[in-house]
Amino acid sequence: MNFEFIPENKRKFEEYLKRYPQKKAVLLPALWLVQEQQGWISPESMEYLAKLLDLSHAYIYETVTFYTMYNKKPIGKHHIQVCNSVCCWLRGSQETVEQIKKKLNIEVGETTTDKRFHLSTVECLGSCGTAPMMQINNDYYEDLTEAKIDKILKELK
Amino acid sequence: MELILSKNWGAPNRSAYASLQKLFKMTPAQVIEEVKASGLRGRGGAGFSAGVKWGFIPKDTKKPIYLICNFDESEPGTFKDRAIAEKDPHMMIEGMIIAAYAIGAHTAYIYIRGEFYKQWEIVEAALKEAAAKGFLGKNILGSKFDLDIYQHRGAGAYICGEETALLSSLEGGRGYPRIKPPFPAIEGAWGCPTIVNNVETLSNLPYIINNGAAAFKKFGTEKSSGTKLISASGHINKPGVYEVEMGLPIRTFVEEYCGGVWKGRKLKGLVPGGSSFPVLTAEEAYNVNLDFESCAAAGTSLGSGGFYVMDETTCMVRMLQFTAKFYEHESCGQCTPCREGTGWVSQIVKRIEEGNGRDRDLQLLIDVSNNMMNGRTICVFADALAMPVISYVTKFRKEFEEHVRLGKCPYASTMVR
Ligand SMILES: Cc1cc2nc3c(=O)[nH]c(=O)nc-3n(C[C@H](O)[C@H](O)[C@H](O)COP(=O)(O)O)c2cc1C
Ligand code: SF4
Ligand code: FES
Repeated sequence: MNFEFIPENKRKFEEYLKRYPQKKAVLLPALWLVQEQQGWISPESMEYLAKLLDLSHAYIYETVTFYTMYNKKPIGKHHIQVCNSVCCWLRGSQETVEQIKKKLNIEVGETTTDKRFHLSTVECLGSCGTAPMMQINNDYYEDLTEAKIDKILKELK
Repeated sequence: MELILSKNWGAPNRSAYASLQKLFKMTPAQVIEEVKASGLRGRGGAGFSAGVKWGFIPKDTKKPIYLICNFDESEPGTFKDRAIAEKDPHMMIEGMIIAAYAIGAHTAYIYIRGEFYKQWEIVEAALKEAAAKGFLGKNILGSKFDLDIYQHRGAGAYICGEETALLSSLEGGRGYPRIKPPFPAIEGAWGCPTIVNNVETLSNLPYIINNGAAAFKKFGTEKSSGTKLISASGHINKPGVYEVEMGLPIRTFVEEYCGGVWKGRKLKGLVPGGSSFPVLTAEEAYNVNLDFESCAAAGTSLGSGGFYVMDETTCMVRMLQFTAKFYEHESCGQCTPCREGTGWVSQIVKRIEEGNGRDRDLQLLIDVSNNMMNGRTICVFADALAMPVISYVTKFRKEFEEHVRLGKCPYASTMVR
């Protein structure tokens, strides 16, 4: 599938070019635009950015794979990322992970068959004071309890 | 107590940008002197004097100078910059204007971790508001000083908080740390002089300019002036972000701010400054104060103020296992001692926790850690795991030995909290 920025993103891309003394610096912001537009960073979108930014496809690929937040393949509509790092563990994040696994009937790293949910565990999200917590797409859900998780998952259906 | 950083939290910041009137009557050199005199030390982890760092910018440079606000905030236990951005983003922006003016930067970037999307939106709105009111852009308040501030989003890599990795990421590549020297103040972003300061460091500047260095120095201790935001988590009754005067005894902090250890349990240990620093036992902790020198004297660090507490039921082997897992996951992989060492430590601790440890594993952990430390790597990330490992293994040695002897974790039954 070919990739091209929608006009709105093309405009933002042009705007970003003015913010940095070198074109290459727009790579991360541009990758964010790609991900906003189609949910993941496809090989075609990397080709597209390579042309726009005069970078090699290999360079872009290397950069993309360094960062955990760029999706290298399409994932479920709602990407659930439970923090299972040091301080969240102290407040029971492992149970949170188990509860969500059971409710969605998937393992960590899997997508539900209806493609609605993808479950990951991640390292500290800077929300240790409201643990256990998770991020779903752009939103944080904090001070989780089992009842709260039920409600959140139901509302996202 | 009058607070510096959190005084506007919960109320709109009416006095925002008041310091700029005063700022533009000062010369940049005077601003640097004032900040030096205030004793303000970096709040991002290393505690280096802000004014001294600014002074490293070459005086005769023809290159552009850049200011970077480090809002990568990713160290387990640390969530205080986020509070500033959410509750008073203008304090941070005002601080950036002051710093940029002092060092002569006309372009500044806020490097914000990718996960902080809401905070990115809040800061984006605040930047627009500030620009609309003439506090950013060309000829700010008729001072002939120009400044543009842009946000640059990271994409999920703890190492990008390290200042040279941040620069690599800002320039559009993998977040690889670079060998120092050259220090960023001499050769930073795009080879130009660059100052990287933490969100909280910068947010102290409006107070210093408004009230003077002497007023700031009234807070805190001789070597740690001012206040510190402490983000408190773990086994306490009231987790949250608290502003304390530097020098507050840890016992007072735990009992009066954090509401004590939860569930009426006893304290087993705590980390005062983020996961990169050694753990303190309960006995040690209650003799330490929240300031740079007291924490250093106890062999740990106030670091970024990521304060987390472990109650008496906590398995310290598992605690170390989770700490090691973080570093194994986040190593950028450039240096062999770090890439291999973080993996080995993680595996060895896991095997001890799972009951498959051997007697010699404890010494092995110490040896591997020693091989990771003290300048064997490009950046200090490797030390940031090695020091905690040594602290857990030596201070809670009995627990590690018990795991090996029993062939299982004696705490397994208390896992469900
Ligand atoms: C592995 C590693 C991670 C770091 N992460 C951060 C961070 O998230 N935020 C931060 O302000 N400083 C972080 N630092 C410290 C920065 O390198 C730098 O010292 C700091 O931003 C300077 O600002 P300050 O002097 O105002 O503290 C980190 C350092 C290391 C070694
Ligand atoms: S010490 Fe670790 S994190 Fe730092 S540059 Fe080397 S491999 Fe990367
Ligand atoms: S450890 Fe989970 S948010 Fe920090």
